[in-house]
Amino acid sequence: MQKDRELTEELAPALEQEEATDPFSLGGETFTSRLILGTGGLPSLEVLERVVRSSGTQLVTVALRRVEAAAGSAMLEVLNRCGVRLLPNTAGCQTAREAVLTAQLSREAFETDWIKLEVIGDDRTLLPDAVELMDAAEQLVADGFTVLAYTTDDPVLGRRLADVGCAAVMPLGSPIGSGLGIRNPYNIALLREEVSVPVVLDAGIGTASDAALAMELGCDAVLLASAVTRAREPVQMALAMRQAVEGGRLARGAGRIPRRWLAEASTSMQGLPEL
Amino acid sequence: MTIPLTVNGSPVELPAGTTVAALVAQRTSGHDRVAVARNGDVVPRSNWTTTELSPGDRLEVLAPTAGG
Repeated sequence: MQKDRELTEELAPALEQEEATDPFSLGGETFTSRLILGTGGLPSLEVLERVVRSSGTQLVTVALRRVEAAAGSAMLEVLNRCGVRLLPNTAGCQTAREAVLTAQLSREAFETDWIKLEVIGDDRTLLPDAVELMDAAEQLVADGFTVLAYTTDDPVLGRRLADVGCAAVMPLGSPIGSGLGIRNPYNIALLREEVSVPVVLDAGIGTASDAALAMELGCDAVLLASAVTRAREPVQMALAMRQAVEGGRLARGAGRIPRRWLAEASTSMQGLPEL
Repeated sequence: MTIPLTVNGSPVELPAGTTVAALVAQRTSGHDRVAVARNGDVVPRSNWTTTELSPGDRLEVLAPTAGG
């Protein structure tokens, strides 16, 4: 725990400086951190605060639940103190009607028209229901919401969501909480080419290399929760994710070498002595 | 006189004339940024004091929590 704090304090200024050179625009707002953090699954508010600070995130997801099961105002005080923007979600909704009502309730509660739209079609995999998702997205955009749509990695569906006015398309890498990483990098790269709005890899990230890959594939940001909140050392993993997102982003910009079937020597053969 | 209602999935009896504002005050100590749905529609905060509950109403009283 002490080590986490020292690491964060040591690395944060350099990371912040690097991130600030490469901001991105989402829903008309500018962010320098490309890591969006889900808050579910942490053991305490103290850890939540340290995770948020260590990750460098500027946008965190939150939810609405029946008051008997909700976290209480202390959670919002922590997030407020960290200076992050709140992104309410519609987690648990299975129909467009439920999702639209949840978004409207969230707008009332959080006083924001931003919504992470999530409409689940299957209990086992928590995969999105494409038909209900499209319906909800259209209704919410028409109602003035800034819709960040959690979706499958289908490039055509992604394009349709962008076409109806979603502010971001957020394809899954693999099922929520599975930690299986990005199962179809090809689709993520295709989806990136299909739409001009930001693409945020959302769900399935297991470890830092998954987050780096998302950025290398051209995603504008990564949204993750479980990979950090359920890690053995959440604060350390948050810092790892922050660096992975930054590393992947830099690598994307740097232009990777083409893959080759066979070797290409990096040391010149010219002047090779005859021994 | 009381009226039967469902609040957050549980049956309750409340005095006739109870408003949404009164229900919220009763249920949400320690919570900030509450939202209320009544029979599947949002009750905007500005209407809480003027909205009286009716027999058979289904209410959801919600508050922020952590989530992915």
